[in-house]
Amino acid sequence: MTRDEITAGLAEILEEVAGVNPDDVAEGKSFTDDLDVDSLSMVEVVVAAEEKFGVKIPDNEVQNLKTVGDAVSYIEAQS
Amino acid sequence: MAHTDVVVTGLGATTPLGGDVASTWDAMLAGRSGVSALTQEWAAQLPVRIAAQLAVDPAGLLDRVKLRRLDRSEAIAIIAAHQAWADAGLADSGPDPERLGVSVGSGIGGALTLLAQDDILEASGPRRVSPHTIPMLMPNGPAAWVGLELGARAGVHSVASACATGAEAIALGMDMIRAGRADVVVAGGTEAVIHQLPIAGFSSMRAMSTRNDEPERASRPWDKGRDGFVLGEGAGILVLERAEHAAARGARVYARLAGAGITSDGYDIVQPHPEGAGAIRAIAKAIADADVAKSDIVHVNAHATSTPVGDIAEIKALRQALGDHPVLSATKSMTGHLLGAAGALESIATILAIRDGVVPPTINLDEPDDGLTLEVAANKARHMDVPAALNNSFGFGGHNVALVFTRA
Repeated sequence: MTRDEITAGLAEILEEVAGVNPDDVAEGKSFTDDLDVDSLSMVEVVVAAEEKFGVKIPDNEVQNLKTVGDAVSYIEAQS
Repeated sequence: MAHTDVVVTGLGATTPLGGDVASTWDAMLAGRSGVSALTQEWAAQLPVRIAAQLAVDPAGLLDRVKLRRLDRSEAIAIIAAHQAWADAGLADSGPDPERLGVSVGSGIGGALTLLAQDDILEASGPRRVSPHTIPMLMPNGPAAWVGLELGARAGVHSVASACATGAEAIALGMDMIRAGRADVVVAGGTEAVIHQLPIAGFSSMRAMSTRNDEPERASRPWDKGRDGFVLGEGAGILVLERAEHAAARGARVYARLAGAGITSDGYDIVQPHPEGAGAIRAIAKAIADADVAKSDIVHVNAHATSTPVGDIAEIKALRQALGDHPVLSATKSMTGHLLGAAGALESIATILAIRDGVVPPTINLDEPDDGLTLEVAANKARHMDVPAALNNSFGFGGHNVALVFTRA
């Protein structure tokens, strides 16, 4: 999976659980500051991403995933 | 003791008869039933396969993402509260948030969320349980959401007294204003538990009608053929306001909430007191609190759920507490039993009866029970002057609440 494909997959999840416009999703965007994803929604994003990409994202890793790019890198490394 | 005058300045509802107050009231006056067959797959195995489901699904009315964070009971409370808020003329300029309170209850709470998330837990494990589960199922969720939506900061309360919840929430809202804790209180009830588990539970109590082949004829208070209540879902919300506050802003006033009487039976967890002692005391207290005479109460929106014992026990209580003059309505014959929202929806019907001078019908009253010894607007709405009226609500646990509304 390319980074772009992972970003697109995350954009789908973000739209579904948090109503984020897919056009706004880019690697440099912060989940909380730019995309307005609150902490409960972030939990949903993580669980949905685990399922979609077949990876495990432990809770202690989630705090390091500040931006979409952080998440893409983590998923890329795990998958 | 003279009380601070409390008036009703806004109404909102979403019910089995309509998506708002106007359509619900029109349907009531026309004597329409909101009861239909349950076509969900899970209904097939149940002894009861009918219910009064919402006429307008909330799905189209709220943002999709917001909706997935709301229990159905919360979603419809929000919808009804916004209607009432706009109806009161508060949508553009609300009151001081620190003088705005909320009193909205539910009889059962977020059971649909609890059950749906339990299905997910069993099927997919704990990690898949939604992080929104707790705020969706907590019993104060509807009140908290209404408070959040309207920016209420004078206190948000969630009464739970089973089928008396809506009425008790309104009484508490009145108390908040009388005690000087708020100028405006958004008050009422909400319920959405049409699901196999609550239906199975009520069925096991033998409390529900099993007239599955004739859904529209199943809810028949005071009729000889009644065999239990029909479960309904919906929300009813009132804007209560300190009369002087309403007058100062030139608000349209529907009616006065003149008084309330609340008692508890202290008798049995589900059976009402056989002589209706608690109900009689609640009615007497409401009349005294409202400072009206028994004879002033010309109309009663009765609790009358269509159960064999409860319907007639209430008649006895009404005769003893009021005498033989009031004209009764059992609007549950049309709406089904909205449990925690019933007292709020029926308060709305009581208020509109006062406003319009018309008492809604009790449908399906084909063969009145011998114990029905009071006048009922049977099967057809009755036009009559209604300067003052009473609304009764009783709940499992022995809760009795009577509200008196009078023409403003």
